[in-house]
Amino acid sequence: MGSPATRAGGILAGRLDPADYARHFADARAPLTRAQALIEAERCYYCYDAPCISACPTAIDIPSFIQRIAQDNPRGAAHAILEANPLGGICARVCPTEVLCEQACVRNASEDKPVEIGALQRYATDAYFAQPGAPLFTRAAASGKRVAVVGAGPAGLACAHGLARRGHAVVLLDARAKPGGLNEYGIAAYKTAGDFAQREVAWLLSIGGIELRQGQALGRDFTLEALLGGFDAVFLGVGLAGVNALGIPVAPLAGLRDAVDFIAELRQSDPARVAVGRRVVVIGGGMTAIDAAVQSRLLGAEEVTIVYRRGPQAMAASTAEREWAQTRGVSIRHWATPKEILGEAGSVRGVRFAATAPAGAGLEETGEQFTLEADMVLCAIGQAYVAEPAGTALALRAGRIATDDEGRTSQARVWAGGDCRHGGRDLTVEAVEHGKRAAVSIDRFLRAPPVPAVPAPVAVAQERAGG
Amino acid sequence: MAELHTEFVGIHSPNPFWLASAPPTDKEFNVNRAFEAGWGGVVWKTLGEDPPVVNVNGPRYAALLGPDRRVIGFNNIELITDRPLRTNLEEIGRVKRRWPDRAMVVSLMVPMQQEAWRNMLAMVEDTGADGIELNFGCPHGMNERGMGSAVGQVPEYIERVTAWCKQYSRLPTIVKLTPNITDVRYPARAARAGGADAVSLINTINSIMGVDLERLVMLPSTDGLGSHGGYCGPAVKPIALNMVAEIGRDAQTAGLPISGIGGITTWRDAAEFIALGCGTVQVCTAAMVYGFRIIGDLCDGLRNYLDAHGCASVADLRGRALPSVVDWNALNLNHVEKAVINQASCIRCGRCHAVCEDTAHQAIGTTQDGERRFVVREEDCVGCNLCVAICPVPDTLSLRALRPGEVDARTGLTVSGTYANWTTHPNNPQCTTPGEWR
Repeated sequence: MGSPATRAGGILAGRLDPADYARHFADARAPLTRAQALIEAERCYYCYDAPCISACPTAIDIPSFIQRIAQDNPRGAAHAILEANPLGGICARVCPTEVLCEQACVRNASEDKPVEIGALQRYATDAYFAQPGAPLFTRAAASGKRVAVVGAGPAGLACAHGLARRGHAVVLLDARAKPGGLNEYGIAAYKTAGDFAQREVAWLLSIGGIELRQGQALGRDFTLEALLGGFDAVFLGVGLAGVNALGIPVAPLAGLRDAVDFIAELRQSDPARVAVGRRVVVIGGGMTAIDAAVQSRLLGAEEVTIVYRRGPQAMAASTAEREWAQTRGVSIRHWATPKEILGEAGSVRGVRFAATAPAGAGLEETGEQFTLEADMVLCAIGQAYVAEPAGTALALRAGRIATDDEGRTSQARVWAGGDCRHGGRDLTVEAVEHGKRAAVSIDRFLRAPPVPAVPAPVAVAQERAGG
Repeated sequence: MAELHTEFVGIHSPNPFWLASAPPTDKEFNVNRAFEAGWGGVVWKTLGEDPPVVNVNGPRYAALLGPDRRVIGFNNIELITDRPLRTNLEEIGRVKRRWPDRAMVVSLMVPMQQEAWRNMLAMVEDTGADGIELNFGCPHGMNERGMGSAVGQVPEYIERVTAWCKQYSRLPTIVKLTPNITDVRYPARAARAGGADAVSLINTINSIMGVDLERLVMLPSTDGLGSHGGYCGPAVKPIALNMVAEIGRDAQTAGLPISGIGGITTWRDAAEFIALGCGTVQVCTAAMVYGFRIIGDLCDGLRNYLDAHGCASVADLRGRALPSVVDWNALNLNHVEKAVINQASCIRCGRCHAVCEDTAHQAIGTTQDGERRFVVREEDCVGCNLCVAICPVPDTLSLRALRPGEVDARTGLTVSGTYANWTTHPNNPQCTTPGEWR
């Protein structure tokens, strides 16, 4: 936020000096140098039954990968990471490590300063992706089985990679123009600078045995039934296609949009061409709200305010994320809920909020109201699973696909994972673990010997095997 | 305030810290800077006969580094001074005249010929130097020419040359010993037999610092070839301390003044050498890593320690720990210790469990009341100190001595409080008069 942005009201692209854009949307945090990495790696105590491993949803052997960095073996470090988490590169950038591995680090107890596990993971994976050399993973002998993976986001990519390693033929279907899911469309540009999301996908697919089909949407271009007819198993990693409503009557106004669309546009565009308001209000309390708010500031918005209806503890965005936003000039206001999007001549001019207070398990309005002027309002109040494309046969739980621990759905030969699956914190790293576990489960299913004994089940099993 | 002034075999210095014979003491410029910084004395880098030796023009030094690039060990293949003898002698004289209160000891190395030594000794005495140190320790280069450690490894040679020095010079003679031997007491006895006023030790240890794994060439190397160098620095301190103590407690060398050398980096290191019997200490690697200004910290730390422990001078500390060094068979086998974990400061890294479980006595459990908590099982603990040694948090793991009357949970025996060692143990086949056990 160096040179002064234009202070003109309304929604404008090109608020900044052209030279500022590259700087604003470069890497959020500078990667560790080799010297820094070696010193930081030495801080790891190589704990017995390390708490950081338990805190990682993908159970990366963190002490081992750090030890390998310390021993100047970055390839071995990358292997330890990617073995447990094939999207370890993006996770190193987007994981809320302060509430995962780094929160569990025993160094917190002695000095309140954990080993910088996320930064070290990035160091190791960056070093590997810069010079991959011989493949770390290769495919097992072809199994003759075919699996359809729907959705090329973190869950689908992890599942496809796991299945390909095990020798199965994977068709990876994705509705968008580019693979990567939220890695490509849903996170701030400065978290994945240098087109990292696409480089990571390219590496994942380089294992072979994965046929990527883009522009293929479930329910539009194909059905789950059709997939089950053509494949031995199906994995659904379709994410959350719906956006939650504000819960108040909203007229279409210029300047009112969903934060996810804004973030996606920024990721797919030259930021100098992305329009932003002078005063921006972001409604919500998660990572999406943070990414939308910070990027609004980086595009030159003069005032950006996140408004969340509850207190800081209830925000899905971590303390570190909130501080990141606040140190970039974003204001965060708590305990207020939108009552009306104010418009004028077809454009947003502000938001009227009602102050809230905790009432039992819920919230109540205190009666006090205030208005924030805004020419742009971004809604980031959460996304929802849209059930129709996959059909109504799949059992849901709290609006998302119900599965067991391995990711098996209520429907035979169908697995699900990622944000569309019930139970979790909507973290990238959790989606990866879902995909990884589902690949193991699918592989076990595909390799299970045909059920003997009674004729009828045998017939079914043979039919599946031949499918 | 404790007095740091030291008198060692008649040589006075304002503090016990001398710079060892090495590159830092190679010429007037450096030594003047050292004395300006406050060093108590120097042992001038070893003089030899003209024409001067020639050093390689490739790397002379290499280091064993910790992960944060702290120097743990250091080695060198530098020879004795490569400057003309006359230049060195003139500079020694000038420096001594400028700094009369500082110790000026001159290190010497000439071939094993009586005449060669006699000539050299006369020239050194003319400089006004306070003493000489015989370099019988240099383990690289010079030993190939029959000098340095080639002399130091043959006690008869040590005795002969030392005797020449005492015969032809009135200067106090310090014999510098090489650790590249099997038993340091033999060369030390030879030095004393030859009339040495003192010994200094240790010189450096034969070493190869490493291998360049890309080129597959040893380190350090010059034009693709390397030669072993002398190893020093913090990593060698334990070896040096042992050799100092061995000489201090050997009946034939007990009382022989010792100038301690070997990895001294902090005042604590120095105090340890002094407590084991050294009258002065010599420093090289630490100065070569941090520069001369460390002398201020060394003196300050040592003085504060002496004050805190009621010592009026360095001499009050000298040898105080030496009686604690004995043969193994004098250790009290009735004494029992157990590891104790301070749960308040334990950070639950579990390293103590990992090492005890894998490599020691399976005496540390991982859970208590369903929580991750590392607790010593006294019934399995032998008090080996492994957990204490590897615990990353200060003052968290320690050993506790069982008091007389307490029961050792491992053996079921009551601690007697009496002293009994291996010499009277019933398991000892050589024991003729078994003592009272337990």
